Amino acid sequence: MRFADNFLEAIGSLRTNKMRSILTMLGVIIGITAVIAIMTIGSSMQGYLEDSMSGFGINNITVSLQSKNDEGPAFRVSAFPSGGGIKDDDLMTDEMLSDLKAQYPDEIKAFSISESVGQGQTVKGEAYANLALSGVNPEYATANSLTMARGRFISASDEDSRRRLAVVSDKLVSNMFGEENPLGKELTVQTQGHIDIYTIVGVYEYDDGGLTALMGASTSSDYDTSTDVYIPLSVAQRVNNSHGYQSFTIVAETGVNSTTFGAQAEAFLGRYYSRNEDYGISAFSMESIVEEVTSMLSTMSLAIAAIAAISLLVGGIGVMNIMMVSITERTREIGTRKAIGATNAEIRTQFIVEAVVICIVGGIIGIILGSILGAVGASLLEFPARASVTSILVSVGVSMAIGLFFGFYPANKAAKLDPIDALRYE
Amino acid sequence: MSNIIELSDICKRYFIGMPNELEVLHGVSVSVKDGEFVSIVGESGSGKSTLMNIIGALDRPTEGGYLLGGVDVGALTQNELSQLRKKEIGFVFQTFNLVGRITARANVEMPMTYARTSKRERAERAEHLLGLVGMGDRQKHKPNELSGGQKQRVAIARAMANDPDIILADEPTGALDSETGKMVMAIFRDLNKNHGKTIVLVTHSLTLAAQTDRIITLKDGVVVGERAGGAAEEMEGAGL
Repeated sequence: MRFADNFLEAIGSLRTNKMRSILTMLGVIIGITAVIAIMTIGSSMQGYLEDSMSGFGINNITVSLQSKNDEGPAFRVSAFPSGGGIKDDDLMTDEMLSDLKAQYPDEIKAFSISESVGQGQTVKGEAYANLALSGVNPEYATANSLTMARGRFISASDEDSRRRLAVVSDKLVSNMFGEENPLGKELTVQTQGHIDIYTIVGVYEYDDGGLTALMGASTSSDYDTSTDVYIPLSVAQRVNNSHGYQSFTIVAETGVNSTTFGAQAEAFLGRYYSRNEDYGISAFSMESIVEEVTSMLSTMSLAIAAIAAISLLVGGIGVMNIMMVSITERTREIGTRKAIGATNAEIRTQFIVEAVVICIVGGIIGIILGSILGAVGASLLEFPARASVTSILVSVGVSMAIGLFFGFYPANKAAKLDPIDALRYE
Repeated sequence: MSNIIELSDICKRYFIGMPNELEVLHGVSVSVKDGEFVSIVGESGSGKSTLMNIIGALDRPTEGGYLLGGVDVGALTQNELSQLRKKEIGFVFQTFNLVGRITARANVEMPMTYARTSKRERAERAEHLLGLVGMGDRQKHKPNELSGGQKQRVAIARAMANDPDIILADEPTGALDSETGKMVMAIFRDLNKNHGKTIVLVTHSLTLAAQTDRIITLKDGVVVGERAGGAAEEMEGAGL
């Protein structure tokens, strides 16, 4: 018998018992729907994370001081410079940075350094804006993919002259100045213990990097959202009265594996701290975070796949069960087919094809339902939906395999029926 | 005319648990000439169905030789037996055994799908055969929309599908009233006379047997008589 005939026979026989066929498919449909839905959400989440992470600069390696006494990076309490854990002696120095650059000239493109001054506010009449004041060096803008809307970023000469200049966000500008041109305007910034006046030289486009959506932590209203105000690093150091860095970012050249290079940089700088009892060096890259998140997502996918495998197993057993019933019902038909010349192999193929068709039709319905469900789920979580092509292909393959595997035993039983007994079957 | 079917000393034993054996056929020798219309008669339990299954290559004899068209059937593999049933033999059953979910035409086409006949040829031949048995206007009907006689006519068309040399009919009128039974017999006679088919008819009805060329009588697994057809009354008188 030709394959096309087998296929048409299978469709015909499934259509005869529509309700039964659909119920049989249900197990496969539910299993595949669950897999595809979750894989679609997972793949949307991963795509979204990768996109937003790359916005932060995948080639960036953040190097920071880490307390040797406990886990987690150390933070200097800037308001109490003398009372905090980190002493001036512990901080990383310009010499360390230039040594590192000298050691790895081909890997390092630039250092991006920022020094936090503190959270604060600027007020003018009714208008106000929450802000976080940070001193940064000129390379900070490229390392963090800042886009300038107006004016310029902090320059090297600003650093040398230690002028009180500020680069603010477009959000702060709309809060404080509305449509007015903010360049050259003065900004009074209150932080803990300080009130300083800065002149605005540039405006950058504020982008929350999707972090607020990701963390779901956007509790304050849009107006109150705190944005960064950047001032020259030299100015911030003078305000903080600090002479070193507790953290900085290495911008690696393109093509450098930032995970590997991060470890090298950590080892290199770690030597300066080998005799320091309190602090060491910790380096991590965005790439390693992305890798971590990706591996976490794939572990999750694996766990889901295991659950799905169980549901598909149950579905497959359902298919096998129905095939057994169907073969018993059609014993005389099988006998007749054998009498008119069907070989055992042809009978076996006929029933396997029937089982495979049930599973593939179920699989396709599952893929459609799962994709819809996944897209809805992804949009509820506010990720752009991205179909997981691999899981769709795998699903088609898996449903075919289920049909083959669970169809084989009943089909083989049918093939082995004795034609005389089958013809006599009541 | 040569013998198309040649059975010599056929024994068939069934093992119904050691040490018991049931011997159904005890050395049956029957030959059928090409183009002959033969009937095998006997009461139930006489072994005629078993003999029929052996002739139809559905069953193998325990002992004895069977030549079908000169081929030693005993030496064939399962697949070769399937080929034989597909090409050389057409079966007609007492209970029709049509597949209920497909149309009359699809039923007739079924043996041809196993013979890998092209779709167009299948349709043409099925149409032709259904016309031959007077079912040309019922092609699209499913078996449950047909009467018993109509079903049997479709079954005969199916038996003819791959143009076999032999048609084996096992009590083909057993489930039909006498009028439709006559019609079915008329079709068999037509196939025998005008299409040269060798027909072996198994029946317990002497009236039907009388319409065939030759009657082979089976009793308790042995051939007890062979005679020319057309002598029904005589045999009834003999108490068979």
